[in-house]
Amino acid sequence: MVRFLAFAPLVIAAAFGGFFLWGLDGDRDPNAIPSVLISKPAPEFALEPVPGLDTPGLARADLAGAKGPTIVNVFASWCVPCRAEHAVLTALAETEGQTLFGINYKDKPADAVRWLNELGNPYERIGSDQTGRAGIEWGISGVPETFIIAPDGTVLYRYVGPVVGDNAVATFRAALRQAGSLPVDGG
Amino acid sequence: MIPEIGHFALVLALALAIVQSVLPIWGAARNDVVWMQSAVWSSIGQVALTGVAFAALMTSFIQSDFTVVNVVENSHSLKPMLFKISGTWGSHEGSLLLWVLILAVFGALVATFASNVAVHTKARTLSVQAWITVGFLSFLLLTSNPFDRVYPAPPDGQDLNPLLQDVGLAMHPPLLYLGYVGFSIVFSFAVAALIEGRVDAAWARWVRPWTLAAWVFLTAGIALGSWWAYYELGWGGWWFWDPVENVSFMPWLMGTALLHSAIVTEKRGAFKSWTILLAVLTFSLSLLGTFIVRSGLLTSVHAFAVDPERGLYILALLAVSIGGSFALYAWRAPSMEGGGLFRPVSREGGLLVNNLILAAATGVVLFGTLYPLIYEALSGGQKLSVGPPFFNAAFIPMMLPLVFVMGLGPFLSWKRASSRHVALQVRYVGLLAIGFGFVLWYALRGGPVLGYVSLALAVWLLGATLREWAFRIQLFKVPFRDAMRRARSLPRAAHGMALAHAGLAVAIFGFVGSSVWKSEQILFVTPGTEITIAGFDVTFTGAEKVRGPNYIADRGALEVRRGGAEVTTLFPERRFYPVAQSNTTESAIRSTLAGDLYASLAEPASDQAGANGAWTLRILYEPLVNFIWIGSVLLVIGGLVSLSDRRLRVGAPGRRMQRAPTVPAE
Repeated sequence: MVRFLAFAPLVIAAAFGGFFLWGLDGDRDPNAIPSVLISKPAPEFALEPVPGLDTPGLARADLAGAKGPTIVNVFASWCVPCRAEHAVLTALAETEGQTLFGINYKDKPADAVRWLNELGNPYERIGSDQTGRAGIEWGISGVPETFIIAPDGTVLYRYVGPVVGDNAVATFRAALRQAGSLPVDGG
Repeated sequence: MIPEIGHFALVLALALAIVQSVLPIWGAARNDVVWMQSAVWSSIGQVALTGVAFAALMTSFIQSDFTVVNVVENSHSLKPMLFKISGTWGSHEGSLLLWVLILAVFGALVATFASNVAVHTKARTLSVQAWITVGFLSFLLLTSNPFDRVYPAPPDGQDLNPLLQDVGLAMHPPLLYLGYVGFSIVFSFAVAALIEGRVDAAWARWVRPWTLAAWVFLTAGIALGSWWAYYELGWGGWWFWDPVENVSFMPWLMGTALLHSAIVTEKRGAFKSWTILLAVLTFSLSLLGTFIVRSGLLTSVHAFAVDPERGLYILALLAVSIGGSFALYAWRAPSMEGGGLFRPVSREGGLLVNNLILAAATGVVLFGTLYPLIYEALSGGQKLSVGPPFFNAAFIPMMLPLVFVMGLGPFLSWKRASSRHVALQVRYVGLLAIGFGFVLWYALRGGPVLGYVSLALAVWLLGATLREWAFRIQLFKVPFRDAMRRARSLPRAAHGMALAHAGLAVAIFGFVGSSVWKSEQILFVTPGTEITIAGFDVTFTGAEKVRGPNYIADRGALEVRRGGAEVTTLFPERRFYPVAQSNTTESAIRSTLAGDLYASLAEPASDQAGANGAWTLRILYEPLVNFIWIGSVLLVIGGLVSLSDRRLRVGAPGRRMQRAPTVPAE
C-alpha cells in the first residue's frame, strides 16, 4: 500500500504534464474566451425594473415571448464606451424597428435614470442588475456587451465591447441579418 | 564588448555547472574527499561568472546600449536611472538570468556556510543543485540569450512596460525569485537524501534554515507584488486569484507546510517521507510557476514574451526534474521508516492538521488554476474561466479551521497533550474572541456571517499567540524584570513563531475588513461633481495636464471633507507613456490605520467630454486594508527573528541531546 501510494505524486505529475504538453500547441489562443452561451438557451434570470423609470423589467420569459429576434445590450451609466454605442443602438431600435432590451449592469438607479434622460431611452425593457448576478449568468467580461437572441430564447450572437465604428456596426448588422431580423439585401 | 564578456561568462558558468553536476556526487559514491570538496570552488566560481554576466547586462542597460536587443526592447534613454537598472530583470531573458544568478548564490552559500552538514550529503546536494543550474543555464543560452545584438542599432529603445516602472515592482521580482529559487536548495537536499536513502533529525535541521530563508523572501515578494497591484493597477483590490498570483501562492502554501513538518522531523523523527515530499513539491510548484508565466499556457494579466518553443524546453526541464525526483521518491520513500508515535491531541497532531489543510488548500488553488486548461483539453476546445468566486468559496472555509488550530497548536506538548489543561489555558481567549464577534455583529449588522466569524478567529489567533508567549515568559506571574529575563533567554525561534502567527492574525483583519466592508463607486464626474462615500464628502474640482520625465499625465483633483472639515486633496493621475504607447493609472490614496480612501481616474468619457473635463472616476473606501501590509511585515520579521536562532546556525546536537525532553517546544 505504501509502495503504491509513493507512486501517486509521479502519476499525478505525469497527468498534469500531459495536459501541459497539449496546452503548448502554438495554434491555441488561451486569451480567446468565446461565449459558452452561443447556440444555447439564454440563462435564467429575472430583473426588476430600474426604480424611477417607466420601462418594465427584464426576465428570461420576455426573450422567448418576443415576436422576432431581440437584442440584449448590457450597459451602465459609468461605462464610457456605452455612451458612444448608445446612438447606434438608438438608430437600430427607432429607425429599423429592432426590439432592444437592456441590462443595466452594476449601476445606481439614479445615475441610470439621469443617463437615459440625457441621452434618450431606446430600450423596450430594462432589467436592473445592481449586484451583477445576471452579468455572471450571462458570462459577460465587461460592459458593454450585446447579444442577439432568437425568438425561442436561444443565444445567436455575442458582441463584446461597443458596437461603434463602421467595422463593428457592419459586423453586428451582418449578425442581425443572419438572425433574420434585418432584410438580407442592402446593408 | 561588454555583452560578449557577459555571454562568455555564462558559457563558462555552464561548463563549471556541468563539472559540478558530476564530480561531487561521483566523489560521494567513491568516498573521494577531493572530488567532493571540488563543489565548494565550482559553486563559488559559478556565482562569480553569473555575477559577471548579470553585471554586464546591467551595464548595457545603464549605458543604454541599443545594440543589445534586450535593451532596445525594454529600455529607453529618457527612463529614470532606477528603472534602467530594474529593466535588467524586467524582461524574460533578464529575469531568467537573475533566476540563474540566485540559483548559483544559494549553491555557493550552502557550499561555504553549511559547514555542519555531513560531507557526503553536502556533495550530493551541490551536485543536484548543479543539475538545476545546467538545465536553466542551457535554457538561457539556447533559447533566450539576453546578450543578442541587433544591427543596425536603433536610435532609441522601446521602453519598459510603464506598469513595471515602479519602485515596488522593481523590488518584487528579485524577492520573489529569492523565495522561489531558495526552495531549490531544499529540493536539492531532499533529492540528496533520497539518493542516500536516509532521512534523520540532522537532515531536517540542515534544511530548516534554508526553508525559512526562502519562505521569508517569498512572503516579502508576494506581499510586495500584492501592494503594487493595489496602488498601481487602479482596481482597488490586493488579490485577484489571477493564475500568476496563484502560482506564486502555491509554493508559499507548500513552503509553509514544509516549514512546520520539518520541525516534526527534526524534533520527533516523524513525518520523514512527508517532509521530503513537501520539499520536492514546494520547488516543483516554483518551477511550475516559472513554466506557466513564461509559456503563455493560461490567460493572465501578467504577460511575459510568450513562445511555445521556450515553453516546450521548460516543460522538458520540468519532466526531468519533477518526474525524476518523484520517481526517486516512489523508489525510496517506502523504505523510510516512520518514527515517534503520538496521540491525536499533541504537538505532532496539531502540525499534522496544519499540513493536511495547507496541502489541501494548495490542491484547491492548483486545481482552480489549471481547471480551464484541463476542461479545454477534455471538452475538445471549449473554454471557461475560474474566477474569485470559486477560490473564495473553496479556499476561505479551509483557512478558518487552520486559524483555529494555529491558536491552539503552540499550547500542545509533544507526543501527548492534555486537552483539559490546554482548554483551561485558552478559555478566556476563546471567550474574548466569541464576545468580540458578537459585539461587532451587534454594532455593524451588515455583511456576511463569515466576515464576523473570520474576525473573531483573528482575535482568537492574536489572543492565543500572545497568551502563549506571555505564558512562556511568565508575564504578570513573576516580577516584570524576571519576565524580561525569561524573554531574553527564550529561543529566538519562539519569538519568531509568536511574531509570525500574530502577523497572520493582523493580516486577517485587513483581508476581511477590506473585502467584506469595502464601499466602491464608479461614476462619471465633471468639475464640481460631489460624491459621498463612507462618511467622506468628495468634490471633483477638475483635471489638468502635467508632464513627467517620460510621460504626460492628466491629474485630477479631489477635495476630501468629513463633516465639513477639510481632510485632504487627492491627485489621481492617468499617465500616458508616448514611447511605449500605453497608459497607466496612478491612484491617489489617503491612508490611515482605519482604512484607505482610494481614487483612480479612468479615461475621459469621450474626446468631446474630455475636452469639457468629464472623467470616469473609481473611488473606494477599504477599511483596515493597511493591516494586510503590517501583518506581512510581522510575518517577515517573525521569519527573520526565527532565522537568527542560534540553534539553526550551530551544528545539530547528537542524538542524546535531541532525545532530551527538557527542550521547550516551539
